[in-house]
Amino acid sequence: MLNQLTISELTAKIAKREVSAREATQACLDRVAKVDGQIHAFISHNDADALAQADAVDKLVEQGDIANRPLLGVPIGIKDVLAVKDHPLNCGSKILGNFVSPYDATVIEKLKAAGAIIFGRLNMDEFAMGSSTENSAFGITRNPWDTTRIPGGSSGGSAAAVAADEVIATLGTDTGGSIRQPAALCGCVGMKPTYGRVSRYGLVAFASSLDQVGPFSKDVRDNATLLNVISGYDKRDSTSVNQPVPDYTKALDGNIKGLRIGLPKEYMIGGLDPEVKAAVDAAVKQLQSLGATVEEISLPHTDYAAATYYIIAPAEASANLARFDGIRYCARVDGADPIELYSKTRGAGFGPEVKRRIILGTYVLSSGYYDAYYLRAQKVRTLIRQDFLKAFEKVDAIITPTTPTAAFKIGEKSDDPLQMYLSDVFTISCNLAGICGVSLPCGFTKSPKLPIGLQLLGKPFGEEVMLKIAHAYEQSTGWHKERAVIGA
Amino acid sequence: MAGTDFNVKYVAHLARLSLSPDEEQKLGEQLNNIIGFVEQLKSVDVSGVEATAHAVPTVNVTRADEVLPSLSHDEAMRNAPKQSNGLFIVPKIVE
Repeated sequence: MLNQLTISELTAKIAKREVSAREATQACLDRVAKVDGQIHAFISHNDADALAQADAVDKLVEQGDIANRPLLGVPIGIKDVLAVKDHPLNCGSKILGNFVSPYDATVIEKLKAAGAIIFGRLNMDEFAMGSSTENSAFGITRNPWDTTRIPGGSSGGSAAAVAADEVIATLGTDTGGSIRQPAALCGCVGMKPTYGRVSRYGLVAFASSLDQVGPFSKDVRDNATLLNVISGYDKRDSTSVNQPVPDYTKALDGNIKGLRIGLPKEYMIGGLDPEVKAAVDAAVKQLQSLGATVEEISLPHTDYAAATYYIIAPAEASANLARFDGIRYCARVDGADPIELYSKTRGAGFGPEVKRRIILGTYVLSSGYYDAYYLRAQKVRTLIRQDFLKAFEKVDAIITPTTPTAAFKIGEKSDDPLQMYLSDVFTISCNLAGICGVSLPCGFTKSPKLPIGLQLLGKPFGEEVMLKIAHAYEQSTGWHKERAVIGA
Repeated sequence: MAGTDFNVKYVAHLARLSLSPDEEQKLGEQLNNIIGFVEQLKSVDVSGVEATAHAVPTVNVTRADEVLPSLSHDEAMRNAPKQSNGLFIVPKIVE
């Protein structure tokens, strides 16, 4: 089954003309037709468009034009927050109406140039606000391992589509864990690159100082391949950083002897599920047996990360989402004057979580509260970042659970926003500090069988070492080879 | 501070966001909880700490001031809710 292959396997077969891009794409379309009724990873997909792209790739293969195309004929799903020219763009929200992107995001241009088939719009929490993909205006996405459970969020569709073998890989975005948390809960590999590693041009902004685009894949090598393609400075995004892009796959040599890994004592908290803790403890032992040294470290401001995040992210969101006012785009609701038009359009178009965060963000930025909340949070953010930079003087990477528990039940936390926010407790510091992080499978709970994620955090622009460790661990365990049985 | 004086109606007006009375009540309760939670930051000593506005310090990022191609007029108008003669149509602003 071609849809079950990795990027490395599929591109090798296409380059050797053993299979065509069309056959690979058709295999994914068939899989989507078969299982997506149960999973609902996709908001929409255009089969004819995907096949036309595949035919164009097959023509390149025929002409021998395959050099520098590391994603030759690989169907890749896209989170509904990234602009793909002539494809719909809704951000999981009603407010955008029938919006169609007039241009490609930089990461999409790069995927296309690398030979990828850009396929479908993947479901997400509205405007990437949420941890369960229950906040989408287009319905919930279900976890392929247990369809009564959430896939995580906000990139729940991106994680579920990979876990269900509906596409070979996907892109998502991560503002406080929105790639790593769903990757952990669906049992795939998901990475948030260092802030500035990947261009945000064509990404609809949620919290501009925290957002990064990143890949979901079936193994670490595929993740490195995708990072190679999407990374790099972009003059259209002044926050992208002008640093050379190494070949990340070259770091994957399995040799982690002598690397130092830190285990933060603050992450072994009360709410940590015993099975998750046991899996992470076993992963630590495994890394030691591969020659790494593991030592306890301290990140003393960890407890303040969630509060800091839930000031900074809503504040930035309230400013970013001001553009959805019904003038240049959006499903407009008319009013007697512009203010009434804005208010009605936004009141009708945004869902409850987005409204909650806009109100919270507007409040913490409003006159009289700015210093007490927003400015103070930005200062605590500095302390959190310094904790990491200090730790990285002693260690090459940090290891933690990705989430405190495996996937929870649909509806379990949807009435309690604060409880939902605390499910991100291990992932948000990484965004606040601007460092890189990856989640990969490290075991399963017993009953029901649900994936458990291991998180590795790396230095700013330290993706090579982080992926090297992730790859060595993965290859020595094989958890990533387990597949979900859908509808069992 | 906070919690007790949190006025949803006023903040919603600042945000140009119309809310139903039910939404106002529910949001008010939830936001009181959330603000109570973030109050813990008041216990952190931040004296002498600089604010972080950007995770990777970058200073005065500029680019050459040159004319480059951009979206065509038609593409830019493509998603307009209401347009006429290549212009966005809005309600009357000035009497």
